[in-house]
Amino acid sequence: MPLLRVDQLRRSFAQTKALNGVSLTIQRGEIVALMGANGAGKSTLVKILSGVLAADSGTVQMKGHSFSPRSPAEAARAGIVTVHQSTDLVAAAGQTVADALLLNCFANRSLPFFVSRAGIRKQAQAMLAIAGFDLPLDRDFGDLSAADRQLVGIARALGNRADLLILDEPTASLSASESDRLFEILLRLRRTGLAILYISHRTADLAAIADRALVMRGGVVVGAFARPIDFDRAIETMIGRSLESARPGERTARGEAVFTLRDARLLPDSPAFDLSLHAGEVVAITGVLGAGKSRLLSSIFGTQPLAQGEMVLDGRRYAPKTAADAIVAGVAMAAEDRHRSSLMPPSWPGNSIAATISLPHLARWYRHGFLFGDREKREADKAIDRLHIKASGPLASIWTLSGGNQQKVVLARWEAEPSRLLLLDEPFQGVDVGARQDIIQAIRSRSDRATLIATSDPEEAIEVADRILVMDRHGLVAATPDRLAFAPEGLPA
Amino acid sequence: MTATDSDIFGKEDAPYASDQSRAPGRQDVGPEKPVTALSGDGQVTWLAGVLGFVRSGAVFILLAALIMIFTTAQPAFINLSNLMSILQAVSVVAILGAGVTVTLAVGGFDLSIGAVAASSVMAASYAMIVWRLNGFETVLLVLAFGAVVGLVNALLIVRLKVPDLLATLAMMFLLSGLQLIPTAGRSISAGLILPDGTKASGTYDPLFLLIGRYSLFATVPVSVILMALVALLLFVLTERTRVGRLLFATGGNEVATRLAGASTVRLKTLAYVISGTLASLGGIVIAARVGRGDVSSGGSLLMDAVAAALIGYAVLGLRRPNVLGTIAGAVFVGVLLNGLTMLNAPYYTQDFVKGAVLVGALALTYGLNRSNT
Repeated sequence: MPLLRVDQLRRSFAQTKALNGVSLTIQRGEIVALMGANGAGKSTLVKILSGVLAADSGTVQMKGHSFSPRSPAEAARAGIVTVHQSTDLVAAAGQTVADALLLNCFANRSLPFFVSRAGIRKQAQAMLAIAGFDLPLDRDFGDLSAADRQLVGIARALGNRADLLILDEPTASLSASESDRLFEILLRLRRTGLAILYISHRTADLAAIADRALVMRGGVVVGAFARPIDFDRAIETMIGRSLESARPGERTARGEAVFTLRDARLLPDSPAFDLSLHAGEVVAITGVLGAGKSRLLSSIFGTQPLAQGEMVLDGRRYAPKTAADAIVAGVAMAAEDRHRSSLMPPSWPGNSIAATISLPHLARWYRHGFLFGDREKREADKAIDRLHIKASGPLASIWTLSGGNQQKVVLARWEAEPSRLLLLDEPFQGVDVGARQDIIQAIRSRSDRATLIATSDPEEAIEVADRILVMDRHGLVAATPDRLAFAPEGLPA
Repeated sequence: MTATDSDIFGKEDAPYASDQSRAPGRQDVGPEKPVTALSGDGQVTWLAGVLGFVRSGAVFILLAALIMIFTTAQPAFINLSNLMSILQAVSVVAILGAGVTVTLAVGGFDLSIGAVAASSVMAASYAMIVWRLNGFETVLLVLAFGAVVGLVNALLIVRLKVPDLLATLAMMFLLSGLQLIPTAGRSISAGLILPDGTKASGTYDPLFLLIGRYSLFATVPVSVILMALVALLLFVLTERTRVGRLLFATGGNEVATRLAGASTVRLKTLAYVISGTLASLGGIVIAARVGRGDVSSGGSLLMDAVAAALIGYAVLGLRRPNVLGTIAGAVFVGVLLNGLTMLNAPYYTQDFVKGAVLVGALALTYGLNRSNT
């Protein structure tokens, strides 16, 4: 009997079928890698298994019993514990490690109302013994390294008698040696019969520990690979095409250099690198979360200082101190996480499509300071036509749009005025495949500027870019001169 | 579990097929448009329309109802002079409330306005009675005082990153203490004995007193005109100008506003300076009305102004700070209190009535409107 059996699981959001009949099984004592591009349905599956979302149809059996958790606590009781990518979700600074380990016990009332420090320590010690970790119990959680925080999350999961551990990009913020330590521990845990569902883009990680890999695309499992895993095939399965045919329209002509970055360091102790972007060129930077992609883009946009290095834009020295400096110089950025970085909340002034587009351009479009005339409406109309934005009109609230259409509006904001360099941080986050094609076309149709895109998804990089650079631990580790030479081996170990 | 090659590659183009079949164009309203349970059924849509009208106009409908009830019960209520006295009574609260509204728009909150108004009363009196300034100089000085307090608030909030509520709460304390120091805790009127034993020789400038006591055409008090001017100016500023859009943008999503190239530091500073200046204008109106610097003046101003701004959320169903709503909120409370007083409701029920109005308005704003989004 398998530990976990998922059968024909379906889940839709409005018209989007996030899961379209997923079936898989996991046995005790195996490490299963789950691969898939953004929007393939991985996170929806994880959310259903960990009790955050409910499935529309289909069944999940855990240890032979029907399993449909209504909360993470219920999933944990049944033996499924998820450790999320962001270690902030494990506990908070200000708590000791012992407190952090016992957080669930405090919450589910398995501890008595009055507890002594010594009692907490003893229980936390017992928990660490189960996992076989050595962590400083009295240290502040906030002072721990990223790896140790991850271990606290895992130890807590194991202490709560997990049978299936779901790890979401656990090495995203770990150094190489920290990752190795984590792998050692995971392999040891596997021998005790624990099953692990391991979600990652890092093929090297998967090669090191996974017993087999499942590949998801379009809400279903489209491929299964046993060890030794053929990652070329796995990635081709993931993106649904051969790597060679994944190129968009050929573009060989390259304009003059628009932007150059010389001898740059993002952090004082990170490796130095150079970067040069040409007009009409779309360059993607890929690499795992925390590799420094967003930091590089923010540095170019002036919202975070470079530790070292010099930037040149159109032959002139360029040293922006604020976003306003960058915009004036002709550099635009659509930052990561559009809800946080670009949109006004619902029923707040400025949440219409027109106002979303016009926000950075108000001073230019309304020189007298009064918002008279329909300039922003006209611009929004143009954007709606050009980018095929599905909306009832330019004054519709941005919150009536799907994620993909919201992202189109954000792109339209920065394309409304000409720029020399457009920076796009994770522009395909929560964007469905159809909208993604529209956005890619729009990005690639411009020859007057350079475009730099940061994405943690290699598939997206292949789809959109003329050139792909790889970033790891705040350095640019691989630069492929043209996309044909790009292969998954190029990804950092 | 394994998949065959055809399994894997047979679905190659599936995700893109839907893309090609999709008709472009904006008339094609996608499935993303939220479909409310009510649409699609003519009769129910009509009902929803009425409900929406009732919700967005609730405060005005209630206001009209109150006026009718009070007029029926006490015909003197509808006299022009009574209506003007209501407006005069609420003018200070409305002016302060407009300032709070601007700080709410930038996502802040100015708790110091009551104390600014109260200390402005003292400052105006001190300027005329001790320093013997004339009315014009006094007004400029006091407005500058309010602006400086707003600037200090902004400094604490945007430079030192003190949370808005805490910074302005501290400023409130500081000012209510500060206003007592120059006179050693005494109220200021002509012939004040200063702490060093000398007698102050100045008097209130008669021109200054006109601000509180003169009525245009013997009907419209100056303070009501000031209120109307403030309302108009701030309405245009917040709703019809670039700066207003950016002020609201700062409050809606500060990160996004900064990334769009606007200086949220300057915008927040502007909001607190406006709020401080309007609070000192309120203080000037009070000083000109009472003609002395009373240490206990301005007691309930903060709460009344905040209540007006929050009641304003319900006006027009906007669910956000808005200047016209704030003014309407202040007038609404004023009408209610005046009417109840005419009907011989005891003075000590006033706070209860204000509280009940606020609770009702907030329930209307957040509870009943929820189905809209």
